[in-house]
Amino acid sequence: MEKHYSDSQVKGVSTGTTILAAIFDGGVVIGSDSRASIGGEYVSSKTINKVIQVHDKIFCCIAGSLADAQAVTKAAKSHLSFHSVQMESPPLVIAAASVLKELCYKNKEELQAGFITAGWDRKKGPQVYVVSLGGMLISQPVTIGGSGSTFIYGYVDAKYKPKMTKEECLQFATNALALAMGRDNVSGGVVHLVVIMKKGVEHVVVPGDKLPRFHDE
Amino acid sequence: MALSTVLETPGAGFNFDNAARNAALEGLFEGGQTPKPLKTGTTIAGVVFKDGVVLGADTRATSSEVVADKMCAKIHYISPNIYCCGAGTAADTEKTTDLLSSNLTIFSLNSGRNPRVVMAVNILQDMLYRYHGQIGANLILGGVDCTGNHLYTVGPYGDVDKVPYLAMGSGDLAALGILEDGFKHDLELEKAKELVRAAIHAGIMSDLGSGNNIDICVITRQGVDYIRPYQESVYKDDRKMKYKYRPGTTAVLTEKVVPLKLEVVQETVQKMETA
Repeated sequence: MEKHYSDSQVKGVSTGTTILAAIFDGGVVIGSDSRASIGGEYVSSKTINKVIQVHDKIFCCIAGSLADAQAVTKAAKSHLSFHSVQMESPPLVIAAASVLKELCYKNKEELQAGFITAGWDRKKGPQVYVVSLGGMLISQPVTIGGSGSTFIYGYVDAKYKPKMTKEECLQFATNALALAMGRDNVSGGVVHLVVIMKKGVEHVVVPGDKLPRFHDE
Repeated sequence: MALSTVLETPGAGFNFDNAARNAALEGLFEGGQTPKPLKTGTTIAGVVFKDGVVLGADTRATSSEVVADKMCAKIHYISPNIYCCGAGTAADTEKTTDLLSSNLTIFSLNSGRNPRVVMAVNILQDMLYRYHGQIGANLILGGVDCTGNHLYTVGPYGDVDKVPYLAMGSGDLAALGILEDGFKHDLELEKAKELVRAAIHAGIMSDLGSGNNIDICVITRQGVDYIRPYQESVYKDDRKMKYKYRPGTTAVLTEKVVPLKLEVVQETVQKMETA
């Protein structure tokens, strides 16, 4: 089969994707779908991991070119590990986001990858940062990214409330991702969610058949 | 640690020099495109089973429409416990796997252990990413180490995925159909070999770029069984390959003998010491 990147701007495997992160009362939920595609027409992996741990309580969601994103997060992981050894304490979430931002900004001509960083640290508690394609870094209480995010801006704007409980936030995240996966052809598979709180980290995987279904499905 | 394991120490951070150089070279050619390297057109597959990993490949190497090699080896040795199937540009897969194998041998000699599959994957990923897709190597890495049985895919841009079963090459879709249907976790050895064989066979039947024989490589904790060929093509070649003719096949019409007179001009003797 001829694999060609006709519509997609990304060469090679792309995580046309839906990623999301949201702060709740006492922690943060970060999640993504699990589909990797080539050229917007071939699903090269149904189970790709897009929620990558860069430190004990800091996770990153990747979007864009899979190769670029994996290379950047690898470099970031190593940098953060060294940083935390030097500082003799776990890195701040903003430090992790800044490492990603530096790499994205300095190499913006060649890279095609965007990130959502979420985590918990002692100084500011739960935080979410967005590092976009060109290297912009901003902090937001809730954020969505990837090609599938365009379909759920309305849902997120309407349904997100600050200071939700963990269960409410998990349900909100699952619903948002399910809605996006239902409309975006390059998002799909399973929903990977990670809950980060002061006491620790919890992984939740929602398989495709257990996703919430909406009225027309 | 990095210095002792790799022959070439990569520079810090990302280095896109080669990608920039290639882009500049493309500008030199009229029409814009550098000559395209030739691809093998291939079906390769891998499956993780109960006791290890089974890798399979066809054995056809094509050069446009001509079959250049009917018994090409696509399953490359990386280390005693890791083998790698390569699809894409034949030269690139050969050289990349060779380089990886050398690096891991040095590592083994220095550390006294067999390398882990994830180490091989990381070295490959770093190298392919640095070349930004210019190295056309689509690899399936399979191996067994102290942490278990692993199968990874590495793309030419440096993207990596860890999977329980996999097919790559031009015949991958046909092979993937068989794998999707027949794969189960913890298969027995014979079932796993049969699944991979069927997958490669499907690739051979449905893809023009794949064909001839099927090679299978089974890697377990006990060792490696590289069966080459596992199954031979039904379309066996009947060419004799010997074209010597018996004297007298061509009739001799006339014969003329001219003796060449040679005279000795100079004679020297040099004793050879063989003690």
